[in-house]
Amino acid sequence: MDFQLTEDHLMMKKMVRDFAEAEAAEGAEHRDEHEEFSMDLWKKCGELGLAGVTFPEEYGGVGADYVSYAITIEELSRVDPSLGVTISAHSSLCANPINLFGTEEQKQKYLVPLATGEKMGAFGLTESMAGTDASGTKTTAVLEGDEYVINGSKIFITNGYYADIYVITAQMDKSKGNKGIAAFILEKGTPGFTFGKKEKKMGIRSSATYELVFENVRIPKENLLGQEGQGFKIAMQTLDYGRIGIAAQAVGIAQGAYEQAIKYSKERSQFGKTLSEFQVTQFKLADMALNIEAARLLLYQACCLASEHKPVSMYSAMAKLFAAETANKVVTQAVQIHGGYGYTREYPVERFMRDAKITEIYEGTSEAQRMVIAAHILRD
Amino acid sequence: MNILVSLKQTFDTEAKIAISGGKIDATGVNLVINPYDEFAVEEALKLREKFGGEVTIISIGGDKVETSVRTALAMGADKGVIVNDPALEGADECVIAEVLAKAIAQQPYDLVLSGRIAVDDGSSQVAVRTADVLNIPSVSSILKLEIEGDVATVTREIDGGTEELEVKMPALFTAQKGLNEPRYPTMPGIMKAKKKEVKTVTLADLGISDAAPKMNAPKYSLPSPRKAGTILSGMEAPDAARELAKLLHEEAKVI
Repeated sequence: MDFQLTEDHLMMKKMVRDFAEAEAAEGAEHRDEHEEFSMDLWKKCGELGLAGVTFPEEYGGVGADYVSYAITIEELSRVDPSLGVTISAHSSLCANPINLFGTEEQKQKYLVPLATGEKMGAFGLTESMAGTDASGTKTTAVLEGDEYVINGSKIFITNGYYADIYVITAQMDKSKGNKGIAAFILEKGTPGFTFGKKEKKMGIRSSATYELVFENVRIPKENLLGQEGQGFKIAMQTLDYGRIGIAAQAVGIAQGAYEQAIKYSKERSQFGKTLSEFQVTQFKLADMALNIEAARLLLYQACCLASEHKPVSMYSAMAKLFAAETANKVVTQAVQIHGGYGYTREYPVERFMRDAKITEIYEGTSEAQRMVIAAHILRD
Repeated sequence: MNILVSLKQTFDTEAKIAISGGKIDATGVNLVINPYDEFAVEEALKLREKFGGEVTIISIGGDKVETSVRTALAMGADKGVIVNDPALEGADECVIAEVLAKAIAQQPYDLVLSGRIAVDDGSSQVAVRTADVLNIPSVSSILKLEIEGDVATVTREIDGGTEELEVKMPALFTAQKGLNEPRYPTMPGIMKAKKKEVKTVTLADLGISDAAPKMNAPKYSLPSPRKAGTILSGMEAPDAARELAKLLHEEAKVI
C-alpha cells in the first residue's frame, strides 16, 4: 500500500493548478456574479487534455487513471468549482457511458471528439417528477421504423445548451418501470430538440444549467446506447463513476476555502494577535485539514478501484457523501473565520459557501448516497 | 534544426528561504524549472514546430532534477541529458560552464538556448561562459528570435531600448521575459514524457577529472526583516501630511 502520488500525478497537479490559477482564478468572481459560462476556458481545458483524462488513447483520450482525473477536477474546483463541474459532467456523465456501453461506431463518432475536447457533452436523466427515483421518467421513446422518436423534457442539465452531445434516458415501456428505460445519444441541432429554462442558481453559477425539451425528436436507431431496457442500469453505473467527479469537486471546494481561511487568519489581527494565534481558530483549521485529508483518501480509494475496473459503487458513494459534507462544513467555518468580510463578495469564501451546497444534492443527494451504502452493507 | 536547452532547477519563486548550518536549506521546498529557462524551452519548441529537428534538454543536478527535465519533456521536448555527479556539489559557475560545454559538445546542435538569469543565485554567468568555452557567439536577454538559413536575427534588450543583431549559427542565446508565453505541459504530454529518453551521465563520462570549484561560499545571510510600518493617527489631514513629508525626508530619506 502506497499513499504517495506518482511523479506523473504531481506533474498533472502542478499543471492544472498553474493553469487554473493563471487562467480561471481572476474571472471566477465576475463569471459567478454574471452567471457567465466561459467557452474560452472550456476550449483551453480541451487543449490541455483535461476533457478526456481517463479515456483510452485510441479514442482520443489521455489514457490516465482515475486519480489523475480526481486531481484534475479537484484543482479546477479549488479555484472555480463551476469549471470543475463542467469538466466532470462532460467526462463522467457523457463521455464515460459512451466509453462503457457504446458500440465501436458510437465510440468513433462520439467518444473521440468528446475525449479530445472538440465537442462538449452533457447527460439528461433528471425530470420534474424523476429525481432520486428515476422510475418516474416521463420522457418517452418509441421505435418507428429505423428511428426512435423522443418526446418529453429533462431539467437541471449541467452543460445544457453549450454541449454538442447528450446522453439521455427515456421510458419505452411504462409497465416495466425502471426496466423499460433506455439510453440514447442525442446531438444538438436535431430537429425538435430545444432548450428551455436556464436555471438561476445559488452556486456554481458560471456552469450552465438548462432544461432540455424534446418534441418529436427523431434519432437514428444506431443512437440507442446499450440495449433497450438497459437505460436505468446505464444511468446508475454512470453515476457510480460520476460521483468520483463530484467528490473531487467537493474536495477542491474545501481545499480552496481552507487555504483562504489559513491566509486570512494569518493576516487579520484582533486584540493584538493574528486570528491564527488564537486556539479557537487553530482548532477550526485543524478540523478542516483533518476532514479534507480523510475525504481525499476516500476519494483516492474509489479512484483506485475505478482504475482497476473493480466494483466502485459503495466507495464512490462514500467518497462523494463524505467529501460533500466536508466541503459544507469547511466552507461554513471558512466564512466564520472571515467574520463579516466572509459574508461579502469581497472574499472568495462567500462564493465557495454557495458553491458547496450543490455537492450534497446533485448526482445523488447525501440521502441517496446513504441508501447506496446501506444497500451494499446490508446485502448479505 | 537541433536545439539544446540548458535548464536549471530552482526553488519555487514563492519558496521561503531558510538557512541552516551556514547553508541554504532546501527541505520541503518546491523545485521548479527556472522561469527564464521556461522561455528558452518554449522558444525551442516553437522553432522545432517551424523547422523540424529535435529539442534536447541538458541539465546539471542531483536526483531531483529529473522532475524538471521531465516537465520540459511533457511540454514537448524530445529527450534529456542530466549530468549527475556528487563531485559537482558546490560547483561554481566556471566549473558548471565547463561541464555544460562538454555535455553540449557531445550533441549535434545548431542552437543553444537558456534563460538570461537563474532566479536562485542570479549570477547570469553560466550560459555566457558556456558559449565562450564552446567558442560560439552568444547574445543575452533576447526578446525576439528569427532564423533564416544559418543566420539568426535576434532582438535584445539594451539600456533604454532594443538592438537587432544578426548572428551566424551555431550560437547561444539567453531568453528575457517577453520572448514568449511558455505553454503548459498537457495531460497527454505528461503521459508521454515518462517514455522519452533521459540519459544520466557522470563527469567521467564527459572526460572531466577536475571539478574543483575556484570559488566557495563560506557564508550566506538573509536580508534583515522589514520593519513594521508607521501609521500617523489622531491628526488633522494637513498636520498628518506635514508629518509624513518630514518623516519621508528625515527618516526614510526618500524625498
